Amino acid sequence: MMASPRVRALSIHALLMAAALLVLIPIVWVVAAGFRTQISLLSGAFWFTPVLKNLNEVLFSKTSDFLVNYRNSLVVGTLSTLICLVTATLAAWSLNRMSWPRWFVHIFLGWALVFHMFPPLALASAWFTIMRTVGLDNTLTAVVLAHTVLNLPMALWLMGVFVRDVPVELEEAARLDGATTPVLLWRIVLPITAPGLAATAILTFVFSWNDFGVALTLTMKQTATVPVAIAKFAQEYEILYTQMAAAAALSILPALVLLIIGQRYIVAGLTQGAVK
Amino acid sequence: MVAEPSALASQPSASDFQRGLDERLWRWLTLSPALLLLLALSVLPLANLFATSFFTVSWSGGHSSFAAAGLNNYRALAGDTLFRAGILNTILFALFAVGGQMLCGFALALLCTGVTRGRLLYRTIFILPILVPGIVVGAIWKLLLNFDFGLVNQAIALVGIDPLNWLGSATTALASVIFVDIWHWTPFCFLLFLAGLQSLPQDVYEAAKIDGASGWQELTYVTLPMMLPTIMVTFAFRLVLAFKVFDEVYLLTGGGPGTSTQVMSFTLYQRFFREDQTGYGSAMSVAIIFMTCILLAAAFAARGRMGATK
Repeated sequence: MMASPRVRALSIHALLMAAALLVLIPIVWVVAAGFRTQISLLSGAFWFTPVLKNLNEVLFSKTSDFLVNYRNSLVVGTLSTLICLVTATLAAWSLNRMSWPRWFVHIFLGWALVFHMFPPLALASAWFTIMRTVGLDNTLTAVVLAHTVLNLPMALWLMGVFVRDVPVELEEAARLDGATTPVLLWRIVLPITAPGLAATAILTFVFSWNDFGVALTLTMKQTATVPVAIAKFAQEYEILYTQMAAAAALSILPALVLLIIGQRYIVAGLTQGAVK
Repeated sequence: MVAEPSALASQPSASDFQRGLDERLWRWLTLSPALLLLLALSVLPLANLFATSFFTVSWSGGHSSFAAAGLNNYRALAGDTLFRAGILNTILFALFAVGGQMLCGFALALLCTGVTRGRLLYRTIFILPILVPGIVVGAIWKLLLNFDFGLVNQAIALVGIDPLNWLGSATTALASVIFVDIWHWTPFCFLLFLAGLQSLPQDVYEAAKIDGASGWQELTYVTLPMMLPTIMVTFAFRLVLAFKVFDEVYLLTGGGPGTSTQVMSFTLYQRFFREDQTGYGSAMSVAIIFMTCILLAAAFAARGRMGATK
């Protein structure tokens, strides 16, 4: 196998491009299906004249709540990400830099890890009961709380890695200069961990946005999030394929934006800890 | 608990006392939000599930009434064919899907390190599926695998193969769901493997080259052993997620046809939420969580043994 380097490079590119197409074609085809009429899709024709009917139906028809669903997803994603970031960063700093007994730190992080392994559906049943008991059933607050705690282990883990990168000498110097804990957190820890916070924020938001199982069990018509709404299209008596495709296309917009502006952070967040 | 003296502290003074107080106060203040969240939404629900699992709960007009059931719910689990199918399918799904993703991801990562130009573009494209919601991945492939107009059947018709009912026949449904999951998560494995490969020391490869190692020898004697930690972490990551599978199954097959794609989370959803079997569903949740813990313990034991032989 002594092909010339040029041929070798070309064949590698050919394989990679084939894989890239395998990733892109399904997504592009479905986005395109969102611009077709049901008849054009069902007839299986390759060429079609794009129409805006599906987008219109999904966004503005009286029977569709998609704009409400979209707003719900944005609210839940933003709030749960904010709460998750603040609690996880404080806790990660506390566990790493304050004088907690070792066994306590191990139990705390160990429990977070074990909890992270449980299928969300197994906990959703209990959340459902608890939320109903405290009168939070069918509210966005319930979904925000559930998403916050679902993402907390990952955020704790990631922020732990980033908080440990803050030089201890710097914190001690600040202490000697008379900085109180809030000042120390605000002026030293926050700026240094900012890239880590960005990575954690993006992943937390995406996971909240993508969650289906928990949102499905904790919401009803008016509180449903985007994934729950998309599943609805597939469950109608007659599956609304083109509308489902249009809704699916709309739902990946935030992910696309985040991929374009924050790819560096996404990669840093996803690979953190796996490679050391 | 007295705060430990800091390494810097010279001798006790008023300001040191002040600082100790400050430290103890902020130690609790900074941890308590996370502690409260975990207690209220992970420990409490678990206790609640465990307690409920010993009752039969019946609903009427939004009110529940509890009747003690002893171990009946747990006994019923053993005879629940749906639950047994769910466990078996989840194991099959997890092993084949994760195995497939790891192989594809590793191959792509190896290829990607072989090129200098366009690496970033490939990486951008391959990250895309990771960010797409599971339910949308389900929607995408529900369309693509459709019997009548799906792109897959159109494509195989070009080479003269008759259309297949990918999601509607018991022989291909689980395989189709596994394929969809491989499509969804190969990029994640790729990303971790690429990061791992890029962090390997280059001098070892130069040494291998000087010793005249072939490409295959380089892979099996140099790359794979050095990549083992990354491979294990990726495997553990993905296996845990694969056991949680729900979204794709919900949309693609709904557990059918028959019980051919029934997975644990979906069975639980059916029993607890669709059939309102609160007590029995709780027992099933406890059983699933218990099995997860066993898996976790096995993973730790395996890691311990690996560490010992090293």
